[in-house]
Amino acid sequence: MRVAPNRLVSGEAVSFFDLLQGSAWGLAVLLIGLLLLSLAPPRRICLWLTVVAATVLAVGLGIQAANHATQVVQASTPFARTALGSGLWLVWLLLGLVLADALQALRAGTLARLGVATAVLLPLGLMLVSGGADELSIMKEYANRSDEYWGVIARHCQIVALALLFTLAIGLPLGWATHRYVRVGRAMFPLLNIVQTIPSIALFGLLMAPLAWLAASWPALGRAGISGVGLAPGVLALTLYSLLPVVRGTLAGLAQVPSAVTQAAQGLGFSPAQLFWQAQVPLALPVVLSGVRIASIQAVGLAAVTALIGAGGLGSLMFEGLFSSAQDLVLLGVVPIVALGVLVDGVFKLLIARTRPATPNMESAH
Amino acid sequence: MLKPRYAWLGDKLLWAVLLLAALVFGLPHSEALFASLFPQLERPVYRQEPFTQLLWQHVLLVGASGAAAVLVGTLAGIWVTRPAGRAFRPVLETLVSMGQTLPPVAVLALAVPAVGFGELPALIALALYGLLPVVQGTITGLQAVAAPVLQAANGMGLSPWQRLRQVEGPLAMPVWLSGVRTSVIINIGTAAIASTVGAKTLGSPIIVGLSGFNTAYVLQGAVVVGMLAVVVDMGFERLARRVDWAH
Repeated sequence: MRVAPNRLVSGEAVSFFDLLQGSAWGLAVLLIGLLLLSLAPPRRICLWLTVVAATVLAVGLGIQAANHATQVVQASTPFARTALGSGLWLVWLLLGLVLADALQALRAGTLARLGVATAVLLPLGLMLVSGGADELSIMKEYANRSDEYWGVIARHCQIVALALLFTLAIGLPLGWATHRYVRVGRAMFPLLNIVQTIPSIALFGLLMAPLAWLAASWPALGRAGISGVGLAPGVLALTLYSLLPVVRGTLAGLAQVPSAVTQAAQGLGFSPAQLFWQAQVPLALPVVLSGVRIASIQAVGLAAVTALIGAGGLGSLMFEGLFSSAQDLVLLGVVPIVALGVLVDGVFKLLIARTRPATPNMESAH
Repeated sequence: MLKPRYAWLGDKLLWAVLLLAALVFGLPHSEALFASLFPQLERPVYRQEPFTQLLWQHVLLVGASGAAAVLVGTLAGIWVTRPAGRAFRPVLETLVSMGQTLPPVAVLALAVPAVGFGELPALIALALYGLLPVVQGTITGLQAVAAPVLQAANGMGLSPWQRLRQVEGPLAMPVWLSGVRTSVIINIGTAAIASTVGAKTLGSPIIVGLSGFNTAYVLQGAVVVGMLAVVVDMGFERLARRVDWAH
């Protein structure tokens, strides 16, 4: 917002000021308005105006950039490449911050937040779908790979989902065991901590050799998909990484169930199984889920690194871009990873809010 | 138990450091071992750069970016908990929590279009990503100082600077240190991946090995960088025990 946004960098930068004509003046006025609003006292009306101005500005800048790209490409050769300058990404980031800050100051509910998010993303999304932005080079990169692109995203999700499935299958019982038997925890946590410390790429590397050896020794395992490269070491490593947050969350969740509740349930004649499923699990669920949330966000990011060992996914686009210094390819890989991370974060936050017990807490029940 | 005179023999950190040194200096002489493990490889030991040099560059990269992150992050965290910067605290907290949903690899990849290939994007990405846990640790640590303690400090007539230095700082130290620890450990891992953007680090043997189907290189790089992370983490553990005055 405070930087002169470099709109399009195609060999040479086209700055926002070069594009100051027609509708762009409206955006410039909005920008100045936003600056003035930031000095205004934080009344509700000012904050709402800020939200509206930032939303329009974010959408307008995107459309403006896409339009200009179309003009440039039509004016010159069809092979001309137009990429969004880093200034525009920075402005988007700052606008996002302004929006988040204003919404927080307004104490806006989930519905209002969702509304604002839709207001920003829907027009930009429509523009992408309708082909209005097809001349931006990131979209050209997409057009080159459109047939495999969704498969790559699906692969990324598959790696994360498989790893989470294994993590939950192992981590939840393990968390319960650390709660029930202190000695299990004392043995497990140092081990899991060490795993968490080891850099992801090193863990992949360390798993490669033993898995390759396993596959070579027992061909049946190899036919089942276990090998030194590809999905197996990736999913295994992600599972190992995700275990610590999940086990820790499960332990914390079970530990914070008030003993008054367990005693009351026992007094009511609950069987151990009833006590577990009807009292402990519902009360522990939000904390367990926040552990799973951390694990999932981490897994979405780490799954990008699994591309280095041939597991595929969005990371493969990213690293291909890095190795061939094709910046738009890098973006094409990174943007969905970030979006996936934000999406997972949002979904889990919603789930956690939903599973909070209806009676607020024990203190207020007195 | 060992006699006090030989207590250093039970020092895990010392043994870990020795093991790391043995790996770095011993790997170039381990031709026979890796040749027997991977008979099909022509060159079973990574020799493009000596491991000592790679280790030094890795430590330098993490150290420089870590120092920048700690300096800026701590100052930012202190600033938003003072009356002067209080208004910026929500913005900073939003930025930190948003930033932490970003994977470190993505930050690294995004730094390349911005500044090009080489050591510089790695340095910038590591410093930026490393900021987040430090800021969070600083704010959380300062925030957790109990109000009666602050009131007592004010009552004793300490100036704001004295209060920060003599009361709040020491009390916030353990949480701050755990933030720094998270930051550095993440950055050791990210620095290894940074060899994909042209920085020479301990990740280089791994990347070279992966692209050349040389599992021995991968294993050598992975063992050294894993050991480095474990050693640094143990060092922080030691430090954390020293600043944990409450117990």
